[in-house]
Formats: sequence, structure tokens, C-alpha cells
Amino acid sequence: MDKAIVTDQLTRRFGDFIATDAITFSVDRGEIFGFLGANGAGKTTAMRMLCGLLKPSSGHAKVAGYDIATQTELVKKNIGYMSQKFSLYEDLTVKENIRFYGGIYGLSNQRIKEKTAQLLDKLQITKEANQLVSSLPLGWKQKLAFSIAILHDPSIVFLDEPTGGVDPVTRRQFWDLIYEAAHQNVTVFVTTHYMDEAEYCDRISMMVDGKIKALDTPRKLKEQFSAVSMNDVFLQLARQQTVSNQ
Amino acid sequence: MLQFLAFIKKEFYHIFRDRRTLLILFGMPVIQIILFGYAITNEIRNAEIAVLDQSNDYYSSRLVQKIGASGYFKITTALQSEKEITEAFRAGHIKVALVIPKNFGYNFYHNHKAPVQLITDASDPNSATTLLNYATAIVGNYQQEMSGQLKLPLTIDVHPRMQYNPALKGVFMFVPGVMTLILMLVSAMMTSITITREKETGTMEILLVSPLSPGMIIVGKVVPYIILSFINALVILSLGVFLFGMPVKGSLLLLLMECGLFVLTALSLGILISTITASQQAAMMISMVGLLMPTVLLSGFVFPLESMPLPLQMFANILPAKWFIIILKDVMLKGSGLLAVWKPTAVLLGMTVFFIALSVRNFKTRLS
Amino acid sequence: MQPIIINNIDKKFGDVKALNNVSFSVEEGELFGLIGPDGAGKSTLFRILTTLLLADKGSASVMGMDVVKDYKKIRRSVGYMPGRFSLYQDLSIEENLRFFATIFNTTVEQNYDLIKDIYVQIEPFKKRPAGKLSGGMKQKLALCCALVHKPSVLFLDEPTTGVDPVSRKEFWEMLQRLREKGIAILVSTPYMDEAVLCDRVALIQKGELMDINTPEGIVRRFAQPMWAVGAGDRYRLMQDLRSYEDTASCYAFGEYLHVTLKSGGAGEDALCQYLSPHQDLTMFRTSAGIEDCFMYLMQEQNQ
Repeated sequence: MDKAIVTDQLTRRFGDFIATDAITFSVDRGEIFGFLGANGAGKTTAMRMLCGLLKPSSGHAKVAGYDIATQTELVKKNIGYMSQKFSLYEDLTVKENIRFYGGIYGLSNQRIKEKTAQLLDKLQITKEANQLVSSLPLGWKQKLAFSIAILHDPSIVFLDEPTGGVDPVTRRQFWDLIYEAAHQNVTVFVTTHYMDEAEYCDRISMMVDGKIKALDTPRKLKEQFSAVSMNDVFLQLARQQTVSNQ
Repeated sequence: MLQFLAFIKKEFYHIFRDRRTLLILFGMPVIQIILFGYAITNEIRNAEIAVLDQSNDYYSSRLVQKIGASGYFKITTALQSEKEITEAFRAGHIKVALVIPKNFGYNFYHNHKAPVQLITDASDPNSATTLLNYATAIVGNYQQEMSGQLKLPLTIDVHPRMQYNPALKGVFMFVPGVMTLILMLVSAMMTSITITREKETGTMEILLVSPLSPGMIIVGKVVPYIILSFINALVILSLGVFLFGMPVKGSLLLLLMECGLFVLTALSLGILISTITASQQAAMMISMVGLLMPTVLLSGFVFPLESMPLPLQMFANILPAKWFIIILKDVMLKGSGLLAVWKPTAVLLGMTVFFIALSVRNFKTRLS
Repeated sequence: MQPIIINNIDKKFGDVKALNNVSFSVEEGELFGLIGPDGAGKSTLFRILTTLLLADKGSASVMGMDVVKDYKKIRRSVGYMPGRFSLYQDLSIEENLRFFATIFNTTVEQNYDLIKDIYVQIEPFKKRPAGKLSGGMKQKLALCCALVHKPSVLFLDEPTTGVDPVSRKEFWEMLQRLREKGIAILVSTPYMDEAVLCDRVALIQKGELMDINTPEGIVRRFAQPMWAVGAGDRYRLMQDLRSYEDTASCYAFGEYLHVTLKSGGAGEDALCQYLSPHQDLTMFRTSAGIEDCFMYLMQEQNQ
């Protein structure tokens, strides 16, 4: 199994509205895959389907080798998830948060202990282990949230706008963590509004009106649209959308 | 003025587009009144009554018949002497005893005054009071029937006596209690929530940074709820009267004005809550815990105040509900006029002014 | 008269210093950007200027009026779009706009020419509740609501946060047009790339202003030579650069890494040599952007 995600004509309708329109793509293991699109282009819906939170109206998809419609529980066990809005329990300490999430994913006590020590060491927050999460700076929280999302060694981690509002240095430190995870063969599926972050991905897909309009490496996309930056690529694609709407 | 009207219009949009709030506003009182109310009336169907008819003439037997036919009472025991009354109560079968003294018919027509005694078991004061009211009403009907034929000022004097709790102390009316509680909760909760919602969504910031004065914002938010709560009060009042036979012996106008006053008190309390909380959730919690609990426990609505320790009795004085229950009972049951209820009315009025003053002081023209 | 003047403002929340000795002023008709991440103190400053919070120390004035004494007058003459501003979700576009016009004692028609450009874009959906609009449309409506009473100063707190690049671009174009109409605008944003769209910017971090200048001026002050480096294996390239002892800073920037050296320009050849085992190596001199400067200043602040 070298494909982490495979989708085939994946579609989701809400009444008459087609949020995700027959998208087909695949993501390799250990790849950092950027999932981009304007607000309301259908990113969130697609991501929810891949996480097993929403049933597709038609089409299929396999995540970590499991069917997202019929093997939801197995899918959930093998993925990690982190979003800007969901972070941690602010009124629990760092350690308690780690324990809690470890427990949810059925890690043994011994394993949780090992993982906790490792994680605290890696993030250099051993001193703050018994502090409430609410007392940590935003950047630390996000790094901690990411580390907890991959605590149970999932083969894929979904990140929904993980770096919103964070200062530029912390944002890059966060990406260091992403690179490191990918280096250990974890597949990273990420959405972002920062176009420079899009360039950090191995490959990028651009969603417009529920369809994937472009999918390639950042460099090839820029060549294809003869653009200087991903921002230009994005604007060109979005302009196609407004033209087609009128 | 135009600003103000626009504000109120907007508030009504919110209310009518939020089905859940509407449901709470009007559904909750109806359901609760019916739920609480039926708990009482069920008890009252076919309550067992013992009769000691010392007169034993045509008129007294007709009265006994009438009581038996009302559906509320079932005559189970015919007593022979006053001693047996106590025994019958002790045995636990009967809830009420009716004593008709000698020469009932004679006294009625010749002295224009015929005493009748009703004795109830006041160890369960709630149903005792209700039963007394029913029995008294039946006797009243009977009297009208008889006097109708004669057109003379005749009176049957009802002397209720509460066995085991003779001074009538600690007796309360359940229905006025429920009415008060619900009116209080709905009014206070709704205002506190609607104001904190603006804080949560951030729209309060915009309103503050507008030429609207803070007082205007509050009044604008509350006026729609005054209207709604008053309609609510009418609904609750009619339920009490038509469904549960609460009498309105006093002036209806006075009763409505008192209801209006109490709605204002509750709303101003809601405003006060909203000035000290930042989230809808907190406002809801404070309304529930801070208002519901003391009102249920300490307003004399479930537990008689007189049997409480002095500090609690004193604490009860600061509950608006306690005073409104007194007003409701006096106006509805006793038929008192404003002269008789001026004191509790003044207390409510004072509380309202106090709450509003405190809210205005607390309501910040700034965020902190 | 300068529309906004801020003098030595301090503000604490408990033990946390939200603002520390902040001073700057905004010129007439200027589009002034306050650039910094979440928690830098941007919203606190906006609330002090819109008279919603009191500063612990220092003074500020808006259109010559003191934010403490003349707060009522200020409230009548400024437009404010708070962060996380969500309008009334259950009211339609039209109802929201009319409501805000009326509470500011005016009508939509009276100032229609000011909002026309923006409003026509959302007019087709005017019956739709604000809660059902996309992020970009919500933001346009919010801007209309903040403009409808023809304010002389406009305060926009993170208007583009969480909005996609297309809507962001459109939004900034609208701001440029408003500035041409002579309205002074103070806008905050966490997106560093938006700084170049402002006339002047203040970089803020941890409640302190790190620099105030034109975007060009800020970049010009960044004196060290900087290289953009790219290679086939990015992860290894980054590892290698981080462990290189002459590296002063190394941050990812789009497809390249931006590198500065402790030895400055003199170390270029040595670096080239060091990295030569990498496949597909590209390395060239580049000039710093606002974000490079921001990170540089952050490092300085932390020392």
C-alpha cells in the first residue's frame, strides 16, 4: 500500500447544492499534500468526508487503505486531525491533555508515558508539563496540538488551517514539525490561506466550485500558469471561476 | 426616535426568526402550568369528605347532595358527633369534614345568617387550601340558588378551620406560585440572554461605538420583551383562571397592572444579570441557579416561610417573587384592593428602580 | 490635523502587558497598517482608539478629540469593524445595512455613493441572511455597515483574517479606492504580505512597536545580504543549513529558504562549497521582504 489517500469521483450534495463535485485524486505515503481553494469551494466538505465524518453522496474513497463509507471506525483510528479552531482543553494541563488523547486512541499507560516524555522533550516544554494549556502562548499550543494529533502514530494527519494568526517565526517552526513528520513517512494533508505555505507542499490541489481545477507540484503549477508565485496561480484560477459565474 | 424604532424592529426580527426562543417564551409557561396544575387537580377529584349534619333538614340535605354531586368530593362517612371528626382524620380516610350546625334552614331564612364549618387536614397545606376553595365555592353557589328564590340578603357563613394548622399559616397557593416562578424565569432569562448574545457576537462593540446611548441600547433591547412578557403573563393568568378555576375576586385592572409591574421587575433583574456576565451560557446559569432555586425554595411557594429559620425568612424578603405571590393571592383570592396590597406593590416598585439604577451604573459605556 | 495621534499608551490585563509604550500617528488620507500576529495587542489598541477601553497610561486622540473625554463625539464620527465581527446573522444584507444606517442617524440613500462600489457586488443577494454568506461577502457587508454613516476615520481590525486570497485582494482594492476619497484608514492584519499595500505600517509584536515606516523604508533598513537557496531534498537542505556554523538565520520562504550569514557577504563562497553535495542546488542573492524584517526584528526583541 503506497497510496495514503485514493478518491474516485467523490461527490457530496446538500439538497440541490453540490459542495464536492466528483473529485478524483490520490496522495502518496509520506507526501505533504496542500489542499487549497477559496472560501466555500468545498474544501471543508471534502476533508470531512475523508475523515469519515460525512458520508459521500456518490463515489468512493480510501484513506489509509480503508473505505471511508463502510469502514469509518478504522479510518478514524488511523488518522490524526487538527484544526485552527479545535485545539486543546484549555483547562487541562499539558500532561493531562496528552494523557487524555492517548487514552482516546487506546494507547497503553506505558506507551503514553513514553510518548509524553518524548513529546515534551521534542517541544522543549518539560518545564511547562504541569501548566494549564491556557497559560501557553498561541504558537506553543499549536505545536502541542499537532504533536498530540500524531501521538497515536497515524499514517495520515489532516491539518485544517493549522497556522492562522501565528507569528511568522512560529509558523515556520510549525512547518518544521510537518517536515519532520513527513520524513517519518506520515502523510500530511493540509489546508491553508497562506500562499507561501502552499509552496512548502510536495503537491497542491486547487479547488474551484467543488471541482479540482489544478493538481501538481508548486513548480509545475507555476510553469503551467506562467506565474511568479502560488498567489498568482490562485488568483488566475479564481478569476476563471468568476468569469464562468458571469 | 427613528433610531429607537429601528432598534426595536431589529429586535423583533431576532425574536420571530429564532423559533427556539419563541418556543421557550410561550411554550414553557403553558406546559409548566399544565404540568404543575394537573398534579394538584388530580388530587382533588373525588376527595373523600365526611359530613356531620346536625341540622338534618331539607336545606342541609340539599347542600350535602350538592357537594356530593360536584365531582370534586365523595361523601364516604356520615358522622354522628364532633368527637368522631378527629377520629376520622386520624384514620386517614378523609381530607375534609363538613359540619352543619343545628337549625341550618331556620337560621338561613329567619336570621339571614347560617354558619357552616369546613375542616381540612392542613398537614398537607397545599391540597387542603385547594379543597377548601372548592368547597367554599360550592357552598357559595348553593347560597345564590337559595337566595335567588327569595331575593333577600342571606348569608351562609363558612368557617373554615384547618385541623392541625389552625391559624392558616404556611398555607399557600400553588398556582400563584407557579405563575410567579414562570413569569420571573422567562422574563429575566430572555433579557439577560438577548443582551449577552450581542456581547458574544461582537455586535455590542459596534452598538457602543455608535451615537446610541447605553441607556437607549438597554431600553431598545428590553421593550420588545416587556410586550412579550406581558402577553405571557396574560396567557399564564388565563390558564390559571380557566383551567384551574383560580378566582379573580379583586379588580382585574389592578391585577393586570400588578402583573405589568412584576414583569418590569423581572426584566430589570435580567438586565442586571446581563451587565455582569459576558456569555449567554453564564447568563443562563445565573438566571437558573440564582433565580429559580431561591424562588422555589424561599418564596413560600413550596415550603412555608414561617417554619424557616429567621435568617432565611429575612433573606426571602429580597426575593421579588415572595411579594408578587402575596399580591396575587390577595387580589385573586381575597379580592383585596390597592389599599390592601400597597406595601408589597411598593416593595416591587422599589426593587425595580433599584435594579435599573444598578444596571445603569454597571452597564459600561466601555468594554471593561 | 492628524486624524489619529497615539502617545505612550500602556495597557495591562492582569499581569499581561498588552501594550507597552505605543506611540504613532496617522496622517490625513493615509492607509496605515498595523502588522502583527494574534495576541500582539492589535485589537486592544483598536478598542482604546474607538473608546471601548481605557488605557492605563498615555493619551490618544481621534480627529483631534480625546479618546477619554470626548468619547461620545468620537463614537459619532468613526467607522469601526471589530475583529471576529459577525453582523446580525439572522438579518438579511439589506436589513443589516439599514439598521446600522439608522442607528447612526442617517439613511443608506444619503451616503450611497460612498458604498456603491462595494454594495453593488453583494446587492444580488440582499435578501439573504448574513449568516449564509461566504467569508468574502460578509466582509464586504461589514465594510458597508462601517462606512454607511460616512465616517472621517475608519478602523478595521483584521478584516481579512480567514478570508481567501481572492477576497483579500478585492478587499484591499476597495481600501485603496476609499483612501482616494480622503478617509484615513487604520487597518490591522496578521498577513505580512499585505503590508506592501499600505502607505505606512507599524510592526507590532508582544505589545511593542518594533518599527514604523513605509513598507520600502522597513525593507531598506534590513542591511544584511540574504540568499535564497533551493534544492531537491528540502528537508535535508534545511537540516544542513541549520547545523552550518556560519548561519545566522534560515527560514523557509515559498519554494526557497532565506539564509543570512554571520560573516555577511564574505561567507558566500564557503556556503556554496558546503552545500555543493545537494542535487538541483540553486542559490542566489535576494532582497528581504517585510516578513524577513519582521522575523529579524522579533529576534532582536527577544534578545
